[in-house]
Amino acid sequence: MNARQAILDKLQQSSLKRIGDGDVIPDRPGFQVMQRERKSNAQLSQQFENMMAKVKGEVIRVPQEELESRLNAIIEAKAIKTLLLSPESPYKASFSGLLDEVRIYDKAIESWKEALFNDIDAAITSTLGGIAETGTLVLWPSVSEPRLMSLVPPIHIAILYESQMQPTFWHFMHHHNWSEGMPTNALLISGPSKTADIEQTLAYGVHGPKELVIVLVEE
Amino acid sequence: MSTTTGSFQQRSDVAIQDKKLRANFLSAMDGLMEKRDLAFDDKTQLEALRILGAQVRQNALVKLPELLVELETKLTQRGVQVHWAQTPDEAVDIIQSITLKEKAQKIIKGKSMVSEEIHLNDKMEQVGVTCLESDLGEYIVQLAKETPSHIVMPAIHKNTAEIADLLHEKTGIERKEDALYMTEQARQQLRKNFMEADIGLSGVNFAVAETGTLCLVENEGNGRLTTTVPKTHIAIMGIEKVVEKLEDTAPLLSLLTRSATGQPITTYFNMISGPRKENELDGPETVHLVLLDHGRTQMYQDDELLDTLRCIRCAACMNHCPVYTRIGGHAYGFTYPGPIGKILMPHLEGLDDTQSLPTASSLCGACAEVCPVKIPIPDLLVRLREEANHPNPQDSYIKGAGIKRHGMEPVLWSMWRWWHQRGTRYHIMTSMLTKLHFLQPSKLAPWTNKRTLPKMAKKSFHQQMKARTDRLKKGALR
Ligand code: SF4
Repeated sequence: MNARQAILDKLQQSSLKRIGDGDVIPDRPGFQVMQRERKSNAQLSQQFENMMAKVKGEVIRVPQEELESRLNAIIEAKAIKTLLLSPESPYKASFSGLLDEVRIYDKAIESWKEALFNDIDAAITSTLGGIAETGTLVLWPSVSEPRLMSLVPPIHIAILYESQMQPTFWHFMHHHNWSEGMPTNALLISGPSKTADIEQTLAYGVHGPKELVIVLVEE
Repeated sequence: MSTTTGSFQQRSDVAIQDKKLRANFLSAMDGLMEKRDLAFDDKTQLEALRILGAQVRQNALVKLPELLVELETKLTQRGVQVHWAQTPDEAVDIIQSITLKEKAQKIIKGKSMVSEEIHLNDKMEQVGVTCLESDLGEYIVQLAKETPSHIVMPAIHKNTAEIADLLHEKTGIERKEDALYMTEQARQQLRKNFMEADIGLSGVNFAVAETGTLCLVENEGNGRLTTTVPKTHIAIMGIEKVVEKLEDTAPLLSLLTRSATGQPITTYFNMISGPRKENELDGPETVHLVLLDHGRTQMYQDDELLDTLRCIRCAACMNHCPVYTRIGGHAYGFTYPGPIGKILMPHLEGLDDTQSLPTASSLCGACAEVCPVKIPIPDLLVRLREEANHPNPQDSYIKGAGIKRHGMEPVLWSMWRWWHQRGTRYHIMTSMLTKLHFLQPSKLAPWTNKRTLPKMAKKSFHQQMKARTDRLKKGALR
């Protein structure tokens, strides 16, 4: 008998009689505890900002019409020389004066792994939205914004629209109907990468980005 | 397989006298307990969330065979190859044959306790494949040729100075007692390996049957690199890790990160639902999932033992355990230490090899009080103690049941029962014992090695109560 059948047989033959501590669980547990009081987008984005600040996420509030000029300012302030953009980025042209190089992620990683790991200072990505309660960005990497953009470069700049804020992860997945189908990779990101494995001392920038800049666009 | 030599008693005896080790654990556990407490500021909400967490896990377990098939179907549709293993050896075989097929030389690993459970690194080394740990704590432990002493913080038994010595000695970096410097050095050392590795191997925190999604919880980004950069990704998980719906991950994630380290959420929650698609530019080309039984179907045969499978490996039980805090993780001698290890390892390795574990507890109940999925750990410890003394092992579900039942003990207990069943016999015995109290030996090793022996009273409790009642009747105390 193969392992699969043996395992499933053992599970099916089990003589489990009761459920949990004697009480029968309804077909699905109730999620009332996940419900939250209604809040405005402004309140949610304030909560998001507070939570992000606690994990060293840098939130910069920007009015929609100033987005491009403020991105320029961030690039200048952080002395970014090589920037990675999506082929669909609307800013390809506008940064060129400031930078040594704008790279577009338009070919498979295998052909330029070394350069991605060694030469890029920062990447700009979009986000699907934010989660207020935990200070979290939601990303669905795609063909035009591959997974490694938000992971390998030392600085990750993420553009988040204030209108795309949800109170919790649970609200977010329901709002966007995630149970209908997931992409190959979906991500929650809450701050730059960190570790506390050396005597619980918090150190930022271990394997992922060292800095996370969130450009919070107010519409 | 035990990871260190000697008996549990001998190992804990050595550990408890190691002042540095005790100091390292004491300060670490104090810190973790405080962080957890602060993270759950609303205790009513915490309680409601724990109930939901327990229900979500219990719901998944009740439907386990169906959910595993659903998970397999969904993942297969999405292009993930699903493998089943009953034993650690079978799991190792599966991974070795994938490695062989891919002609892989080097595996980069994200943190996975199940891979520790099957001793993967050693087994791969034997066939000439290098496994490199990329989680900083695991990296440290691997450099030291040790095993993790904690399931969330693998290198918690070492202080900064010890790690500075280790990294200096093994990797040649400057010896600096500076966590930031050492973290940066480790980043540099590992980056090359992420690029070069042929296979990335990771664990799984939750597997969602509904959508066919593997979820990984981490802070460092090494888990994401491991599952994205190499051209093959192998995930390994115990069969109990499946949940029914995607929404089930929301309360579990919230409970897990807060219980483990007091974080409202970890830096990354990585949800993987398949290999790189046709026109995508990164991500692994092949994804494998290995589902491991290793004693889990044994727990599944019994309503009470089943609760063990609710565990989400947050480590709160060990952080709050007075025994773990004093002896550390290695003294237990098995992959999973602390309270969860004590209720889990007997099923993985059999009670015959793990008979000391269920007794290594004062049953204080701190573990059950903090467990985010409300596993009644002390009850399970008592149950396992009973199983170890089972009079008819053939009637037990558990491998190694009845192992401790031998010699004079059952005879003594039946005499004890005989004595206590009749008042007169009992009175004769207690009055004899009190009369003969001067015969009591002054040393009762090993009990008296660390404690003073209580003295037998000159008058039994019954005699004292009787005298008191007589005095009361005479009005002496009025
Ligand atoms: S038994 Fe409970 S407290 Fe211990 S690791 Fe598992 S979930 Fe956490």
